[in-house]
Amino acid sequence: MRYLPNTADNQRVMLETIGAGSIEDLLVKVPAKVRLSRPLALPPALAESDLVAELRGLAGRNADADGWVSFLGGGAYDHYVPSPIDHLISRGEFLTAYTPYQPEASQGTLRSIYEYQTMIAELTGMDVANASMYDGASSLAEAVLMAVSATGRREVVLAGGVHPLHRRVTATYCSGPAVRLRDVPAPAGVLDLEAAQRAVNGKTAALVVQTPNFYGCLEDVAAAADLAHAAGAVLVVSADPVNLGVLEAPGRLGADIVVGEGQGLGVPLSFGGPYLGVLAAKREFVRRLPGRLVGATVDLDGRRGFVLTLQTREQHIRRARATSNICTNVALCALMATIYMATLGKRGLVRVGELAMAKARYAADRLAAVPGVALRFPEAPFFKEFALRLPRPPDRVVARLARERILAGLPLKTFDRRLADCLLVAVTEKRTKDEIDALAAALAKAVA
Amino acid sequence: MPYDNQPEYDRLVFELSSPGREAFSLPEPDVPVEGARARIPAGYLRREPAALPEVSELDVVRHYSRLSQMNYGIDTHFYPLGSCTMKYNPRINEDMARLPGFGRLHPLTPAPHAQGALALMHRLAGMLAEISGMDAVSLQPAAGAQGEMAGVLMIRAYHAARGERRTKVLVPDSAHGTNPATTALAGYEVIEVKSTPSGEVEVDDLERHLGPDVAAFMITVPNTLGNFEPRIVEITERCHAHGAQVYMDGANLNAILGITRPGDLGFDVCHFNLHKTFTTPHGGGGPGAGPVGVKAHLEPFLPVPVVTKDGERYGLDWKRPKSIGKLHGFWGNVGMLVRAYAYIRTMGAEGLRAVSDNAVLNANYVMKRLEGHYDVAAAGPCMHECVLSARRQKKHGVSAMDVAKRLLDLGFYAPSTYFPLIVEEALMVEPTETESKETLDAFCDAMIRIAREAETDVSVIHAAPTTTPVRRLDQARAAREPSLRWRPEA
Repeated sequence: MRYLPNTADNQRVMLETIGAGSIEDLLVKVPAKVRLSRPLALPPALAESDLVAELRGLAGRNADADGWVSFLGGGAYDHYVPSPIDHLISRGEFLTAYTPYQPEASQGTLRSIYEYQTMIAELTGMDVANASMYDGASSLAEAVLMAVSATGRREVVLAGGVHPLHRRVTATYCSGPAVRLRDVPAPAGVLDLEAAQRAVNGKTAALVVQTPNFYGCLEDVAAAADLAHAAGAVLVVSADPVNLGVLEAPGRLGADIVVGEGQGLGVPLSFGGPYLGVLAAKREFVRRLPGRLVGATVDLDGRRGFVLTLQTREQHIRRARATSNICTNVALCALMATIYMATLGKRGLVRVGELAMAKARYAADRLAAVPGVALRFPEAPFFKEFALRLPRPPDRVVARLARERILAGLPLKTFDRRLADCLLVAVTEKRTKDEIDALAAALAKAVA
Repeated sequence: MPYDNQPEYDRLVFELSSPGREAFSLPEPDVPVEGARARIPAGYLRREPAALPEVSELDVVRHYSRLSQMNYGIDTHFYPLGSCTMKYNPRINEDMARLPGFGRLHPLTPAPHAQGALALMHRLAGMLAEISGMDAVSLQPAAGAQGEMAGVLMIRAYHAARGERRTKVLVPDSAHGTNPATTALAGYEVIEVKSTPSGEVEVDDLERHLGPDVAAFMITVPNTLGNFEPRIVEITERCHAHGAQVYMDGANLNAILGITRPGDLGFDVCHFNLHKTFTTPHGGGGPGAGPVGVKAHLEPFLPVPVVTKDGERYGLDWKRPKSIGKLHGFWGNVGMLVRAYAYIRTMGAEGLRAVSDNAVLNANYVMKRLEGHYDVAAAGPCMHECVLSARRQKKHGVSAMDVAKRLLDLGFYAPSTYFPLIVEEALMVEPTETESKETLDAFCDAMIRIAREAETDVSVIHAAPTTTPVRRLDQARAAREPSLRWRPEA
């Protein structure tokens, strides 16, 4: 077996050294009555070439974003991933290391995380970012728990535009500590500020808004901040960091904690994960942050070096009183994002945002011109994604366009029944005018 | 060392930046761009561009290549980090996860167009159920700690559905920190159960704590001292007699593949660390994947959605009213699931059994070779890892930390140190099955050399490491004056 180097001869010599007659003798502590008396019922082992054939077969039954033209968004986006990223993260020294418990032998990982923390803090306008959470959903959930612990209050108000799956994850995380979630509707696609004003009060730990929100609409973060702060609540903003080349840093608009799904920063779509949970906060929250943090220090000779720091927040030290139970995070995805942000740089990230914004605007104008089709939230500004109202059931339209290898978008029925006639369309910088025109033409046929 | 012949490198990417340099390539706009900004309220738009680096593509490639060379990884070094199962990460698994049908598949692709991914998930869940002796498996948790959370919340929902209000979860004092942290997060009071000096559960102490207010007992098998818990069946039976559920932390599953199964030991729930037992790469601290398996009575409470098979069609089932809810933003870390699937299909039943056999053999071999030189925390035979103590070396002023640092100079990553907490000066060694006898001998020789140096030449140990990119780092300063982001020099 190519992964197991011990030969029969090795085994014999090792057993002699140990003083055991067989490997079986080493398993004496496993009670006989619970020993598995048969081989595991698994399919037979495959040679590498057969494995490749099997997995190619499975992969071939999926409508991937290379073979299809995709307008799917809803929290995961088909942004272009520059070639160096995968080459660099595939280096074994990054790929096969673990959490940098021995900092002297882990400076590569530690330095890259320090760069990541710096870039995320800069993009979000926060003082500090942690080394990453599992995904945008768990970042949001942990941010809500940070706000609860910081304020000692047990209610959290969520804007209706928060991603419904992130909201569900937050509800799961809040079920243990019995934190109450209250929802404020977004009838016009954005947070109803008057309703929010009524919902946020002295019991509110946090107001949570997402911008652009699940419907693609941009929220008035500054107004939300005023409203939250007037009640002594924390403002948590969920934002897609890839948009922050163009959109204002939430920190500049009054956010106290910024979270987001960082998948757009060079992380592959991978059917939903692994992704990148972004979590950044103002200085006063540093000791309430969940997960790893990397800090700069010096070595014995006074040279700059980096270590995991403020670890008394974490489960391996603080155990039941830790800020979170997270241990393994997504360091390699954070590395992808770091290399992405370094590659796109100061001007590239602006260009990505501008292209996505312009193409989405073009697509919205083209698609809304199809007879019977209209923007669902015409008054609300949007960025790279928008909801359309269709004259035919959106899931049927999607099925129809799939025949032309177009993934037309996300029917919103499963997320919100009131939007049963709506389709959510996302446009990244990768979509071309021709592809958008083809979508418009196919949509026109499908709804005619 | 890979950087022996290289000049010192001490740059951060920001320090390479030069205004006007670029590493990106983007298409020329084929639609009008000017008007788009005007359609967005000015106050929503960024006033000052984010201060990201401006570097060339070669700068990026060379910088991160250089950084990588400051790491030890499994590919370059033996990595005996106990409890983390740092085994070889097969490259074919990387290739499979990057097939466009997986790597480039959007999570919200309509199910009829994602049948291959759903089929893989359904089959993997079935294989993990067989390996663990559980009835159902959710692939959703993103890592072990999230798997624990799913498990504990399911236990809570189960008791609640039976109209029982239980408020405590028992955890051994030898447990991973995630166990108490998870149970506290799930709203339970955490009660520590004592271990014997050899790391086994003190069954009398356990019995004393069990009662109508105890929801669950969480335990790692084999335990964190690397030994199989000899009274485990009695333990699960006693818990059940008091109406408590029993949770197995699956961090050490690599020891028992095809030998015994959590389900057969009486466990109600267990999680899997695919990044340990099933070879998905650790990535410098993740991503992992932490599927959770349950017995039939807990199945109604699994996280939504559940991957289902109806005839030949696969789908996602959301209509599960008793579910604890959702844990992952989508369906799980599917990229890691593809790798684990590829591994299990590569190994088959016999191969997996050989994995555990050789993991156990390697750990016992290391323990035997070192037992004359270091104290052994618990008498063998051990399972897949052994815990040593630098107690003896401590008398010469050499701590477990010192041993770890010296190992770095001798070309090895360090064992886990100071864990489990019940062992003084602990050094937890997990060699894994993918290491050869030659590598183990070299490691043991190095450990013996350090033990000798502790008696003869303490200074070389205290000075270590000297061959790494930096020497020992001032942890206290990092915590006292936190510098958590780079800033340009004023």
